[in-house]
Amino acid sequence: MSNVQIKAMRDSVIDEIYNKMHGNNRIFFISADLGAPSLDRLRKDFKDRFINVGIAEQNLINVSTGLALEGFTVYAYAIASFITMRAYEQIRTNLALSSQHKEINVNLIGAGSGVSYDVSGPSHHCIEDITIMRALPNILFFSPSDWFIAEKFVDFSINTKGPKYMRLDGKPLPRIHDGAKSFDFKKGFCELAKGDEVCIVSTGYMTHKALKAAKELCGKDRKIGVIDLYILKPVDEDLLFNTLKRYKCIITIEEAFINKGGLDSLISNMISRRNANIRLISLGFDDRYIFKFGNRDFLSALSNFSEEDIIRVIEENSKR
Amino acid sequence: MKSFKALKEKAQWVRRETLKLHKYAPGTRLASSLSDIEIFVVLYYGGILRYNPKNVKWDKRDRFIISKGHGAISLYPILADLKFFSKSELGKIGSKNSFLGIIPDTLIPGFETINGSLGHGLGVACGIALALKLKGIDRNVFVLSGDGELNEGAVWEAVMFASFHKLSNLILIVDNNKMSMLGYQKEILGMEPLKEKFKAFHWKSEEVDGHNIAQLHKALNNLMKDDSDQPKVLVVNTCKGKGVPGLENNPICHVKTLEADEIDNILKGCK
Repeated sequence: MSNVQIKAMRDSVIDEIYNKMHGNNRIFFISADLGAPSLDRLRKDFKDRFINVGIAEQNLINVSTGLALEGFTVYAYAIASFITMRAYEQIRTNLALSSQHKEINVNLIGAGSGVSYDVSGPSHHCIEDITIMRALPNILFFSPSDWFIAEKFVDFSINTKGPKYMRLDGKPLPRIHDGAKSFDFKKGFCELAKGDEVCIVSTGYMTHKALKAAKELCGKDRKIGVIDLYILKPVDEDLLFNTLKRYKCIITIEEAFINKGGLDSLISNMISRRNANIRLISLGFDDRYIFKFGNRDFLSALSNFSEEDIIRVIEENSKR
Repeated sequence: MKSFKALKEKAQWVRRETLKLHKYAPGTRLASSLSDIEIFVVLYYGGILRYNPKNVKWDKRDRFIISKGHGAISLYPILADLKFFSKSELGKIGSKNSFLGIIPDTLIPGFETINGSLGHGLGVACGIALALKLKGIDRNVFVLSGDGELNEGAVWEAVMFASFHKLSNLILIVDNNKMSMLGYQKEILGMEPLKEKFKAFHWKSEEVDGHNIAQLHKALNNLMKDDSDQPKVLVVNTCKGKGVPGLENNPICHVKTLEADEIDNILKGCK
């Protein structure tokens, strides 16, 4: 890719919101006592439209709802595991339920998705959110793989009214997407590489691992497809299936629990509804919490989806 | 506004209509909807709330968040009487072609939010109050909460927020009927003294008899005239199941359903 600049999604998103706040006085940014280097100037320059509600995620959602009911666009910012799970019922009642009949433009920014808080331990890991947030009607689920599409999403989030959840990785990551053709928030996915028999469907951070594995294994006689699925809800299943139907095997990779309603379930349902003869392999966290410390690849290895594991699985399922 | 005598009569009418609604839909929480009748009557007929039934989104309306949703069945006859919707809707409560459920939602004209789940209303109201201040709309945000509802931790997140952010346009009314589903609050968590608790959180805090229309009216008026930068709370001491002998002081009144003939007898007894 042409641009390999490394950046945290959180910072590109906050910078873009800051830019938009200059020209649009209907935008609020509310934090549950979570900061970021990029947030400092926003806090300073927009004292009346930046609020720190304190360590109070439930009130973060409720106050955001009230502002949105009066027509403001609100960004509600907190640690991913806490905004989704501490305040889940506030999200259900005041955002998912209420927005079915009222316009409520609250954009949840969950920072530190998956195990990006790698050494903070299981309280800070956020590996249930794909399952539980997809269970809620009326909430758009955005799971970007790089800072570039995360930044582009801000404009979309202002103009597309309704509650949304932005699942942002906590670590600075290189750019994957290379321009306007690479993102379409109505379509929700991007075919980053075309393959012959095997295609990886991944989301968020794991798209970086998918690309790495595909690159390593691609040769004259083997090409591995990679699809970055960055809108996990709503999904245009027909469009996605049209892109995937020529493959014999799909490997889903997510930094989240598998076999319980996440990315893998989404693809599995799509395949089974169409009686398609496609093998599906799901990679992600097994049904237990992680009490060990180490880097993300080590944590993934505990559930057999480290970089090495991914390569092995692809090799086992593709011709040489 | 109407005279206190007229308001008292209106409250009696609402009580009878609420009993009729309970007859149509026995799942309604009758006792919870009887303690707050005078509060609703004073707000809607006593010149406190500014509203427009012809335009429920009127920018200059006072916002009223009914956080104890289950206890607002008694508001249905009032909203119908004020022409938010047709009185003919009342008889359809709970049926498949009705928008009147046994817990109100936002499809009912006049209800701002969904509040079947307790403890959300005050926080949402904080956001609305903040928005009104920023938009320069000089209107109040009223919230009706139960005292049992104050058990919810999220309420206290909002209590702290409201005073810190000087939400002087926020008026919380606590229907202090002293009971929740399983019995008396004093035997569950002991929330009293409520007035002092709110004072400690820097709220302007007053207490009043919730079945005395004149006092209730005076207390609400005084709070509205208060020119401090504090949010306001009125602890309204009420009786759960007020006006129905089988419900008053009955620890299981929350879930008690009256039979149709019991309701008919009560209705015969009151004019």
